[in-house]
Amino acid sequence: MEPFRKHTGKVAPLYRANIDTDQIIPKQFLKRIERTGFGEFLFNDWRRSAEGLPDSSFVLNQPKYSGASVLVAGKNFGCGSSREHAVWALADFGFRAVIAPSFADIFANNCVKNGVLAVVLSESEASELARKASEEAGYQITLDLETCTVSDQSGFTAKFQIDEFTRHCLLNGLDDIGLTLQRESEIASYESTHPVPAAWKS
Amino acid sequence: MPRTLFEKVWDEHVVSTAAGQLPLLYVDLHLVHEVTSPQAFDGLRVAGRKVREPRRTVATVDHNIPTEPRGTPIFDPIAKKQIEALQKNCREFGVRLFDMDSAEQGIVHVIGPELGFTQPGMTIVCGDSHTSTHGAFGALAFGIGTSEVEHVLATQCLPQRKPKTMLIDVSGRLPEGVTAKDLALGIIGKIGTDGATSHVMEYAGEAVRTLSVEGRMTLCNMSIEAGARAGMVGPDETTFAYVKGKRFAPQGGDWDAAVAHWRTLASDAGAKYDSVINLNAAELAPFVTWGTNPGMVVPVTSRVPDLPSNGADRGSAERMLEYMGLEPGTPMEQIAIDRVFIGSCTNSRLEDLRAAARVAKGHKVASGVRAMVVPGSQSVKHAAEQEGLDKIFQEAGFEWRESGCSMCLGMNPDILRPGERCASTSNRNFEGRQGRGGRTHLVSPMMAAAAAIAGHFTDIRDWRFE
Repeated sequence: MEPFRKHTGKVAPLYRANIDTDQIIPKQFLKRIERTGFGEFLFNDWRRSAEGLPDSSFVLNQPKYSGASVLVAGKNFGCGSSREHAVWALADFGFRAVIAPSFADIFANNCVKNGVLAVVLSESEASELARKASEEAGYQITLDLETCTVSDQSGFTAKFQIDEFTRHCLLNGLDDIGLTLQRESEIASYESTHPVPAAWKS
Repeated sequence: MPRTLFEKVWDEHVVSTAAGQLPLLYVDLHLVHEVTSPQAFDGLRVAGRKVREPRRTVATVDHNIPTEPRGTPIFDPIAKKQIEALQKNCREFGVRLFDMDSAEQGIVHVIGPELGFTQPGMTIVCGDSHTSTHGAFGALAFGIGTSEVEHVLATQCLPQRKPKTMLIDVSGRLPEGVTAKDLALGIIGKIGTDGATSHVMEYAGEAVRTLSVEGRMTLCNMSIEAGARAGMVGPDETTFAYVKGKRFAPQGGDWDAAVAHWRTLASDAGAKYDSVINLNAAELAPFVTWGTNPGMVVPVTSRVPDLPSNGADRGSAERMLEYMGLEPGTPMEQIAIDRVFIGSCTNSRLEDLRAAARVAKGHKVASGVRAMVVPGSQSVKHAAEQEGLDKIFQEAGFEWRESGCSMCLGMNPDILRPGERCASTSNRNFEGRQGRGGRTHLVSPMMAAAAAIAGHFTDIRDWRFE
């Protein structure tokens, strides 16, 4: 996994509440058996008409947001389905971070596993970033995971909270399966007193 | 110190709590389906890892499969490839699979309980948000992403942040015509779709205690729609009676030992929760959603709400009503429908089908309405046919189909066309969920059946049962 330390990038505002994972990656694209290639279908039903024509009013179709790597969204971003495809699509499209007043739990977990930083800011901070992104051409911010701050060139700065373990994994791009496997003796010891149910053994 | 049901199950499954790391939780049962698992198995292959405990891993195909008669070819080549990938992965890694041709195939959250894999006090995960369903047994059950699926396959464990707890205490009994689905919608309408984020909900009170296990599954199923990590109901005699005798439930002497343990799981008197919500069952009604998330819900006798005056909220409400093709102030009972879907992991069990059939009996589906019934599993389908429910539905003009997730999320060919309006017993009314441009209204199975016959939403409490 690619480590996340500090990132500066262009901001795309999609400041709606309760954006669910069905919108982020509609179900017709969940049938692939790879982790790659989902970016093309990110927000598909908002980006394109049923005939596949781009909707020029949708934020990610506007040239001024081309190359954006930070998405600013409304509260409860990523609610609904557990599909990790939503994060794969965001990452594959080029997003390294999402900022919102709150995230759905499973989505936030999925972000960590893919080196995508999900930053919680207050409603007023997040909406200010969304406003700046829509008003200032090429608006960029810097997310620093070492100091847990979000800042821009014109004086905006905000601290964010993240638990120490998640921060450690992201900073170092750690494979957490590897970490768990290091606890093998404890797992084996637990299993010795918690055997597989007899009825499941056949 | 008094502990909650959640805390007891959690404490019992913590494998290790090293400093600087999240608690490591042992997983008793890992359910797997075709959509969220192929990349996880690939990850194992790339890293040269195996499935640590295949006997605790149970797979089925449900999301993609057609609900046409079995044996009908799958025309979508990508869906077919995904199903074949699961078959191959299960063979290669030694995982038990209830495949398409199995008499026990079904929606993963329907077959886990009916086969007796789901048991009180267990930790259960699945790459599927509606894993919360299994909390009905007093299990700690939650949805995970594909990376976590791989983690559990490789280690049978998950590093987990300890969630907070929320008690939902529902006093009194549900009135006639008001079901577990309405209770779930009522709760989400009250606390919102993020009202329980980062919490495990425990449902308690007379209204929950008097629900059947299937009703409790419907209730816990929808916990995720309030943002909850999981939903749980304390196991009791109703639970034990349901589990007893199931194929993969404890047998003989193991049964007595298991029940003795399960009796210790209920929350202790005086246990503390991070938050408490009180509801009175008598105030609940048959609900219908009007918007594009499950929190946008009103009693069937009510109207589409007025737009909020506030700027930003007003914009999003306008957008939503435009998508839904509705005007503020429209009585819900005047909204005509095109389609009806009775099915999904929320409402596709035998009791759901019985309730819908009781409404449908002796009536005809309204002209211009297409209504389908999709049993949750082959076992449910078989049991329903033994009781003649299939005949009642078919005589009334409903389609009787094979088991699967079907139109809940429309990954198979069962989808809405743009603009079609559907009364659905599923769990999500998100934009496009049942098909691009489709308009979904969530309701109970009885309300769905009644809407099919009336051609519009109608109050089940006034129904003329034949």
